[in-house]
Amino acid sequence: MTREEKKALSIFAARVRMGAIEGVYHAKSGHPGGSLSIADLLAYLYTQEMRIDPKDPKKEDRDRFVLSKGHCAPAYYAALANRGFFPVEAMATLRQVGSFLQGHPDMKGIPGVDMSSGSLGQGISAACGIAKAGKLTGKDYRVYTILGDGELEEGQVWEAAMFAGFQKLDNLCVIVDNNGLQIDGDIDTVCSPNPIDKKFEAFGFQVLTIDAHDFEAIEAAFALARAAKGRPTAIIARSVKGKGVSFMENQAGWHGTAPNEEQYRAAMGELEETLARCEREG
Amino acid sequence: MADVIKKATREGYGEALAEMAAECSRLVVLDADLSKSTKTGSFLKVCPERFINCGIAEGNMMSIAAGLATAGLVPFASSFAMFAAGRAFEQVRNSIGYPHLNVKIGATHAGISVGEDGATHQCNEDIALMRTIPGMTIINPADFLEAKAAVRAAYDYEGPVYLRFGRLAVPIFSDKADAPFQIGKGVTLRKGGDVTIAATGLPVPFALEAAELLAKEGIQARVLNIHTVKPLDEELILAAAAETGAIVTAEEHSIIGGLGAAVCETVCAACPVPVVRVGVNDVYGVSGPAPELLKIYGLTAENIAQKAKEALALKK
Repeated sequence: MTREEKKALSIFAARVRMGAIEGVYHAKSGHPGGSLSIADLLAYLYTQEMRIDPKDPKKEDRDRFVLSKGHCAPAYYAALANRGFFPVEAMATLRQVGSFLQGHPDMKGIPGVDMSSGSLGQGISAACGIAKAGKLTGKDYRVYTILGDGELEEGQVWEAAMFAGFQKLDNLCVIVDNNGLQIDGDIDTVCSPNPIDKKFEAFGFQVLTIDAHDFEAIEAAFALARAAKGRPTAIIARSVKGKGVSFMENQAGWHGTAPNEEQYRAAMGELEETLARCEREG
Repeated sequence: MADVIKKATREGYGEALAEMAAECSRLVVLDADLSKSTKTGSFLKVCPERFINCGIAEGNMMSIAAGLATAGLVPFASSFAMFAAGRAFEQVRNSIGYPHLNVKIGATHAGISVGEDGATHQCNEDIALMRTIPGMTIINPADFLEAKAAVRAAYDYEGPVYLRFGRLAVPIFSDKADAPFQIGKGVTLRKGGDVTIAATGLPVPFALEAAELLAKEGIQARVLNIHTVKPLDEELILAAAAETGAIVTAEEHSIIGGLGAAVCETVCAACPVPVVRVGVNDVYGVSGPAPELLKIYGLTAENIAQKAKEALALKK
């Protein structure tokens, strides 16, 4: 990865984080913690990894993305907006009556959204269906889906994992946003889904564990996923919930709480500094 | 009526899918380890490459079907009504209904005529559940031929469809050769001006028999086959309400939320007339041979005729 590429990714990720905070603040509701933890993954997916065309969002052979942890829509929408699917200014209308930016991803109204999601556990199954359709129709598109680690407590996730392994869906890449926190606290104190890697391995996945905020690690993992033959890939992305806003980091309380005006200004101040630093230094 | 041919509507489901395999290139059939019972096995035989067994995981199957539909395929996701509409309700609502995806749900073994398996497998709630999903079409064919026609119509229609089939072999009374199946259009099987019997699915032939019984007493009953419960043929129902002044509904389903409820909701707003509902009266079923159960739960020509007279008596 070149320095310029890394710089561009850092800038895009900072903008995704700013868009997410902007949206959640104006909506006075939403999910900032998990949105911030997946910002770097989304930046890589939407600028480097996926074959997509913002001018032709329904292009038949495009790569697909399903946000199985649909509540992190603020970051998803910010990534789509920054990639050119719709104006970034729309982020301020998130969750408002009359806005196309629904609280959870809505494929009917949002350009670039390949599948509606929000009810945990269902997105990965839909991603399996899209991947299977690719196999049935002889298309070579790839399918990416991001799940939360708390989401892994949904039994449907493992039904989908069984299906993906059995069907040898090597065009499917499952990413687990492993920030370790869910609404009621640490995933290990609620109803632990650990060990995550061994579970996916048992279902026939290639499993890769990476730092979710290290672009080079993300790049390497996606390359391995693309190279896999006859089996799907699960990337366990060890992340920091609230990443990029110091007072939101590693706090379960920021799972589904909007910042007040003071917190909003502080968060945006930090992110603007990060953005300026990225633009200056890369 | 020894010469009447009997065949289960689920047989029509399987046969139609198998016949459509060659011409319908976007057709994909999913099942959850029940292909022998749902009859999707007939499709598997002729088109194994477009048959997907999801194993015993109905919720996952519904969301997978949704994913397949986003890529332009036309999946028919098959299981027993209990699991398709019951267990997987939320997947049907959120993965299929909300994005209005082109998924067909083939739900067999609906109603109490499942028989010996008993209450856990006798789904009398599926129509009610599916009716609450905006944009869902619900088709409940009454015989083998209508079932086949419904499957084809569902494939040609763009949007989510819930197809309801039964386990029990039932008389073939329709002749679809001269009456094309039209989603959302009820069929007037018998003319009459005194009372209307609106039936859906299995009890439709009983409704015809009930009309014969009533005729012997000088009562002319109109008989409607409401194969599409949603969208309901409101025009036909309201005309029947206005012209006959009393309605009996008959369905192999709970009296809550099914055809009876849909008819009540329609007439009470636009043309209030007495409606008497024949169906499962808010109780669980029991194990037993299907023909006996139908008697126990009042799904007989005699009971429908009796209820028609009660509706008549309520008429002002």
